[in-house]
Amino acid sequence: MGTEAYLIVASLLFLIGASGFLLRRNLLVMFMSIELMLNGAALLFVTFARHWNRMDGQIFVFFIIALAAAEAAVGLSILIAIFRLKHRVNADELSELKG
Amino acid sequence: MSAAGRGREGEWALSFHAIIFWALAAMTIVPAIGIVVSKNIVHMAFWLLGTLLGVAGLYLHMEADFLGMTQVFVYIGGINVLLLFGIMLTNREPLYVRAAVKRPAIASAVLLGVVVAVGLIQSFGATEWHTVKDAVAPGLADASAKAVVNGDGTAATLGTYLLSDYILPFEIVSILLLVVLVGAAYIARRDPEGGSA
Amino acid sequence: MLFQYAHALIGFLFGMLFVALQVFLLVRLLAPRVKEPMKDSTYECGEPPVGDAWVRFDMRFYTMALIFIIFEVEAVFLFPWATVYNDLIAGLRAAGTGNVLFPFIEVFVFILVLGVGLIYVWKKGDMDWVKAMRGQPKQSWPPTEGSTGERDVEKDVA
Repeated sequence: MGTEAYLIVASLLFLIGASGFLLRRNLLVMFMSIELMLNGAALLFVTFARHWNRMDGQIFVFFIIALAAAEAAVGLSILIAIFRLKHRVNADELSELKG
Repeated sequence: MSAAGRGREGEWALSFHAIIFWALAAMTIVPAIGIVVSKNIVHMAFWLLGTLLGVAGLYLHMEADFLGMTQVFVYIGGINVLLLFGIMLTNREPLYVRAAVKRPAIASAVLLGVVVAVGLIQSFGATEWHTVKDAVAPGLADASAKAVVNGDGTAATLGTYLLSDYILPFEIVSILLLVVLVGAAYIARRDPEGGSA
Repeated sequence: MLFQYAHALIGFLFGMLFVALQVFLLVRLLAPRVKEPMKDSTYECGEPPVGDAWVRFDMRFYTMALIFIIFEVEAVFLFPWATVYNDLIAGLRAAGTGNVLFPFIEVFVFILVLGVGLIYVWKKGDMDWVKAMRGQPKQSWPPTEGSTGERDVEKDVA
């Protein structure tokens, strides 16, 4: 398949993630949407790694996956700490810091 | 073998690739839509699993075999499991996520998504990627492509890169993981002062 | 290259087909069907189920998953290094320049840094499955003379 087809799939994945992030207010669902966006971006990296015939893109995705694991660990820990404190995980209801 | 025969075989291989690709693309996109429109949060976690599997398949289809396996290990075996534990820890009885968004917000978000998608796809179609490739980087290719052709897989090439050009990020990742381990364990602990309860 | 994966894909599809055949078709054909309300209840090792399966999970599961994911990423990062290690050493020996120990030291530092994290979670007790109760000494496992394991478990639940 050509590069264009992969680009379309990757950008659709990113846009679905972005609209999910905007639409859903549950922190866990927002986290899943972030994962979707991250996967879309990683897919672009691999696509262009293949397109240019260079491995650098794949190395970047390797680091992106490590970062995603780190992000998931810290993000979900914070989410659980918030739940323990407030007993809710809705982003709209957690507005104490709003001036 | 005659030229015509080879041509037919090439066509067959092409259509085989196309079928696999579109199957994988559907496997990636359909669950992604499922995450956005579903109401049950556990279903969402399993939709996410489908998307991650689809992306892993696309990596394999692009001959990034080690990345595909890494995706399966870290994302599906690690992050998705962590996410499910997060769901179990934070949702007592309501499995169902309220869709508290107003209708104009939905309309505008969908409209924005569609407009951006159409624009992007249009520009992807309009760009002549092969001419861009030749103009920007003529003959840009390295030994890594050969390993893929030989069937050795990409793990060895990735290892060479990690220990030469990307050695600093490699070491920084270890520090990142250390910080994440300490920080996340600290945040997740019930009473941070005296051990864990 | 891709056709190597095609073998795996075909194997995977056949596996799925086989399991589906077995679970849905063969069972329907062979198994006797008796309707009983007990059969619709949750399976709990032959015991009558108590309460809902949807209770809040213990935090220890999450902490374990957290530690697991960090060290899983470490393992994934070590894999490409392990694949090329011999070639790299041979290359360095042949060239005669550079330190032969360099690839080893690099990864040793990598593991060492993460080892600090392991020591931290170990010392802080995040990896203890049987937790110490507040104000009581930590229970040892396996239980020593005089304290039975059953009592320990009861105390832990209380």
